[in-house]
Amino acid sequence: MSKATQAIVDLLADEFSDIEFAPAPLVECKNKEREQLCVRVPPDRLLEVMRFLHDDERCCFGQLSDLTCVDYLDFPNARDRFGVTYTLVSITLGHRLWVKCFVNDPDPEVPSVTCVWKGADWPEREVYDLFGIRFTGHPDLRRIMTWEGFEAHPLRKDYPLHGRGEREDFKVVTREDA
Amino acid sequence: MTTVPETARQTGPATYVSEAPGSDVWVLNLGPQHPATHTTLRHVLELDGERILSCTVHIGYLHSGFEKLGEHLNYNQYVVVTDRMNYVSPMANNIAWHHACEKLFDIEITPRCKVIRTIIAELSRIQDHLLSTGCTGLDLGAFTAFMYPFNAREGIYDLFEEVCGHRFTTSYTRVGGLMRDITADWPAKVRRYIQEDLPPAIDDLERLLTRNRIFVERTKGIGYVSHDDAINWGLTGPLARASGVRRDLRKDEPYLCYEDNWDGNGSSGVDFKVPIARSGDCYARYQIRIAEMRESAKMVLQLVDNIPEGSVNVLPDDKKTLPDKDEIHFSIEGLIHHFEQIMTNRGFTPPIGEVYGSNETANGELGFYLVSDGGKNPYRARCRPPSLINYQCFAELVVGHQISDVIPVLGSMNIIAGELDR
Repeated sequence: MSKATQAIVDLLADEFSDIEFAPAPLVECKNKEREQLCVRVPPDRLLEVMRFLHDDERCCFGQLSDLTCVDYLDFPNARDRFGVTYTLVSITLGHRLWVKCFVNDPDPEVPSVTCVWKGADWPEREVYDLFGIRFTGHPDLRRIMTWEGFEAHPLRKDYPLHGRGEREDFKVVTREDA
Repeated sequence: MTTVPETARQTGPATYVSEAPGSDVWVLNLGPQHPATHTTLRHVLELDGERILSCTVHIGYLHSGFEKLGEHLNYNQYVVVTDRMNYVSPMANNIAWHHACEKLFDIEITPRCKVIRTIIAELSRIQDHLLSTGCTGLDLGAFTAFMYPFNAREGIYDLFEEVCGHRFTTSYTRVGGLMRDITADWPAKVRRYIQEDLPPAIDDLERLLTRNRIFVERTKGIGYVSHDDAINWGLTGPLARASGVRRDLRKDEPYLCYEDNWDGNGSSGVDFKVPIARSGDCYARYQIRIAEMRESAKMVLQLVDNIPEGSVNVLPDDKKTLPDKDEIHFSIEGLIHHFEQIMTNRGFTPPIGEVYGSNETANGELGFYLVSDGGKNPYRARCRPPSLINYQCFAELVVGHQISDVIPVLGSMNIIAGELDR
């Protein structure tokens, strides 16, 4: 990890001394400068930490580059099931930080960050649609990729590649009921 | 202003008039089948006369589960799917996908491969911009402005066909290298194209549009995004730069030949400028794209004469890359290497971990977030599509404008539904 991201992690540890951030690189690299640093944040403190990362001028993460989720159902040594992953970018300072927020069945819930970054709107809807994670406080949490009335969450690991027969369940509209 | 009932927002008739007494609010569906949307997008517009009161965007018509497919294909097979994401510049997607894979495998590709990939990335940026500016013209009635650059794109297709055998769905890259090396006279053809065919095409396009009164009046001041909004919405690429955001991954997080010391011998990265505009409207985005094409052409010229000698693929010793085709056919070691890679019970052995790799493509930051559990297929292959992130702010941009202004805003954003919905 680079010095700049290390400084941010130290800053976070100072500011929120009660949270265990467990900073670690996403994957080990030969070139340590290129390692991508990831911190964990519990869902109930997420909004607070995100606001700090966005507002504080030493962090200045003005852009949410990406928001996604990983289902760790069959992942080796995984303790939690869903990891909502945020890729933050600071345009002014030019560094990145990854934030992970782990949630579990049943009823996984994460606070929405749309109040911090407007750009979180559709990615959160996408994660809601494909993983079934509810983003509390999202202004318009509807399915985005699949249709209204679709019940499954296709990117979950327990959902088969070929679907569960939804295609066969389409209602056949005859000339009489049309 | 009356509010549209929730059921109408979701399913929506073709047109209807709000039933509240005294209300003149119309609801109009623009799309999913409309010539100016180019692909399948749907906008539910609430209109007061021709003025837009609100806009609800519906996407997902082209959702094909590419990310789910990625969990069932290996790191080389998935490149075929990336062609179908942004089908206007498939080469850029190929390069971005394998850029992320190589980050995961921690492979440093050879200098020759870096140069070829950089040239191809810039060529695909040029052809993407030629199409998107041409289409913006087409939607505003300038048919010639669409056909002239399309002619010039043909030349780039020919160049792609020569290196990989395909004009459109290229699938050219592989983990640690390329499908095959370039032909001996390819650099000369690239040089001739960039020097002789491209400049007149861009000049023609500029003559047709830059001072065209209809084009200027329909794009200037339309679809304005402020600098701070552009950052907060997560905009990248020409959209962000047209609003004055100084952000280009080629400069800020350099990779390939944009990086200094890319060949390990202290060569400096390619020399280019990042065009920035401040007005943040559709016209500024058009200008940015024109300027970027000229910069890309300069970059290609810097590289095309000095392609280093050597192999395009890294050595297949650590079983991360496929051996050369000649080795497979003419040596037993090569054949064994090949089998070790492609047999269903063998395959890649990536480290366990996660990685995010992103490239600056014509539309903006195209990233791939890969999770690996050590198996031959990715555990998760997330694509960060620039179209999806850029398109979110569309509803906010068109509210208050006339209905005819939807078309230039859509054209200037260059939304590609294959990438938007994946």
